[in-house]
Amino acid sequence: MTKKVIIIGGGPAGMQTAASLLEMGIKPTIIEKSDRIGGKLNDWHKLFPSFTPAHEVLESLKQKMKEARVITGTTVEQINNEGVSLNDGSIMEADAVVVASGFNLFRAELKEELGYTIYDNVYTTVDIERMLNEGEVAMKDGRTPQRIAFLHCVGSRDEKVNQRHCSKVCCVTGVKQAMELKGMFPQAEVYNFYMDIRMFGPGYEEMYRRAQEEFNIHFVRGRISEASETIDRRVQIKAEDTLIGRPLKMTVDMLILIVGMTPGESNREFSKTNGIELQPSGFVAPADNFTRNTCSNAKNIFYAGTVTAPKNIGESINEGAVAAQQVAKYLKGL
Amino acid sequence: MKRNSWQEYQKEIADDNYYYVRSCIRQNFFPGSEKAFLDIMRNDVGKNVIEEATHTSCTGIGYHSDIVPMETIMTVVARQFALMTEAGFENFTSSCITSFGIYTEMLETWNEFPETEERTREYLYKATGREFKKPKNLAHTSDVMFKHREAIAAKMKKPLINVFTGKPLRVVEHIGCHYAKLFPKKGVGGSEFPYVLAGMIESWGGEVVDYPERRHCCGFGFRNYIVQANRGFSVANSHKKLESMKPYKPDFIVTNCPGCSMFLDKWQYTIAEMEGNTYGQDGRGIPVLTYEEMAGLVLGYDPWQLGMQMHQVDVEPLLDKMGVVYDPAAKYLGPNGKFIGNPELASVNLNCTPTPTMRTL
Amino acid sequence: MDFGFSISRPRAIDLDKNDLSISRNALKKMPEFQACIGCGGCTATCTAGNLTQFNFRKVHTLVRRGDYQNAYDEMNKCMLCGKCRLVCPRGINTRGVAMMIKRLLSEY
Repeated sequence: MTKKVIIIGGGPAGMQTAASLLEMGIKPTIIEKSDRIGGKLNDWHKLFPSFTPAHEVLESLKQKMKEARVITGTTVEQINNEGVSLNDGSIMEADAVVVASGFNLFRAELKEELGYTIYDNVYTTVDIERMLNEGEVAMKDGRTPQRIAFLHCVGSRDEKVNQRHCSKVCCVTGVKQAMELKGMFPQAEVYNFYMDIRMFGPGYEEMYRRAQEEFNIHFVRGRISEASETIDRRVQIKAEDTLIGRPLKMTVDMLILIVGMTPGESNREFSKTNGIELQPSGFVAPADNFTRNTCSNAKNIFYAGTVTAPKNIGESINEGAVAAQQVAKYLKGL
Repeated sequence: MKRNSWQEYQKEIADDNYYYVRSCIRQNFFPGSEKAFLDIMRNDVGKNVIEEATHTSCTGIGYHSDIVPMETIMTVVARQFALMTEAGFENFTSSCITSFGIYTEMLETWNEFPETEERTREYLYKATGREFKKPKNLAHTSDVMFKHREAIAAKMKKPLINVFTGKPLRVVEHIGCHYAKLFPKKGVGGSEFPYVLAGMIESWGGEVVDYPERRHCCGFGFRNYIVQANRGFSVANSHKKLESMKPYKPDFIVTNCPGCSMFLDKWQYTIAEMEGNTYGQDGRGIPVLTYEEMAGLVLGYDPWQLGMQMHQVDVEPLLDKMGVVYDPAAKYLGPNGKFIGNPELASVNLNCTPTPTMRTL
Repeated sequence: MDFGFSISRPRAIDLDKNDLSISRNALKKMPEFQACIGCGGCTATCTAGNLTQFNFRKVHTLVRRGDYQNAYDEMNKCMLCGKCRLVCPRGINTRGVAMMIKRLLSEY
């Protein structure tokens, strides 16, 4: 009898899980809540640190997993021992479940003091990727920005919005976008306001240095505490230049909020299942952090990607491959 | 302004039967405002508001200046609540923002640390033999006015419209820091985009001005103003706000805090005398109103009955814009018709630079 | 009129008002100047900074922000010993930066 594997979520981690299972002769089913696979990669323009177009990575993943069964527009509401229950009320049986349900983007409007959705020229990194995909980055009224500020850690390392964790990938995203915009607008001044610059991956630190030296991007160590709109619809920002020890204020044409990752909205519901536990951050806890990163405490439930913590694309894809291997090992033992 | 977030922060405000406590300083600086609140609530809106001569200062100024200890202020607050309980009321409303912050802080402290409430009850009983119930509803008087803003709008005689241009008056609203910066959930609209005054302005026909330093403190700061050596940075805060709002050409400023009304008004005089800078139109200052005065004008009250002759910056340019009919000769006559004296001439009202001789004119 | 106090001037570094032209020029001449990550190694080892208020990291950051007041006088405290260049983890020619600031900012 063929064994049934359900993968919750059709983002990069879920796609790679499917691809690796297919290689091992197992045909899984992906259940994706949106109307297409690819997850948030669909909304991204280029990927750090190599500026590889996001669609290239997406296409290669799609090629590898095209034999998998994909159900879109369907939400998994609960995971149980027999399988998963869906939003249409039906239950889908499975021998193993891989939770690759990903993360949610931090809602920048919760940081009201930064004026997102209130002021015309406050954007998020997601808005910028969309504008880059559309081929035009401009101020609300269409003007070319002369001064751009990026703010790191919006929705990360911030108790005020219940996000104590570091979202890890936003530092490098902010630097990547700063370079892209400086490339588009060589005359513009670009400032990045940061608390720490955490360049954790290969080539990231080197990219940061290029941003400083070759792209002349100004890095100011200090968090913007308040943004307000000026009479000409620009944005006045206040921070401290902590390396000088004095307040700093300036007006910019665009303020771009580098939004972090929050736990996936389904994590809490999933954690009602025996063997799925949440971390204090709200991300799902793997069985351990060293040798069982893709395992839960239930023998037939596995994890891949950002359901357990913020990760970059490469890490998520690697976890997909590992989770597939764990699934195969488990099914063999049945 | 696209302030969509305020709707997520609605606070509960009692509809009727308020126990009212006054501010220590407002009766000196804006003496008609508290009476106007009582008159409007009782006569125009038809609500039951009681005030008693037995209530005292909340001692907030002393508390914020490190003179009054926490146990003392808690007991004073408990006594106010005891007076409310004895009067048979459950809804407490305070005219002062600092007091509102204090009452909120004490209730929250009792909530988080119940042993402090027990101790306070014991102190109060030993000192006065009184006992108290905590208010069912605590609101600042601007909250109460906000709650009934549509009832006031229904009786409006002079909307916040410029009678010469037919356009809405441009109003800067300034919220006292202790209204919602201490406990953001206790303010209508939260702390970043408070709606308590903006709601009144919009209901009464005006247009709210958002300017870059809108959220900045007026600079009062208790000991910062009280100590002369610190006044330079106290006034600098008002200066920063006035510079920031100037390009928007506001017709007036409205605040809900005793200190803010006083300082945004009187520092304009100081700045004009020190530097020759004024911020309103025609080289004059920008009138600063309390929300009671704003409501009073809207309802057709006489400006001198509202106590507006006590302002440092003359309000006449605003009265003219609103089409308010007033008797210039009656400005400095008290309620009994007796002359109360008039202030010295000041450059903030004269559209000219200060000269050494002006003070003797 | 004298009220016995004056209006305090803002302490903020105001990037709307600061003249950034010299800063831009300096960064063009020595792009590596921008690569500072604020580690403070230069200040820790600075011969002059251990005896005076001189703080090389702070002064050059102020120059990058267009705040040139006293930068020249401050830089004159530098003994040009070159120790800072030995410790800089980003390999910035810090001694060169000190010299450049002195050249560009002699009027401040």
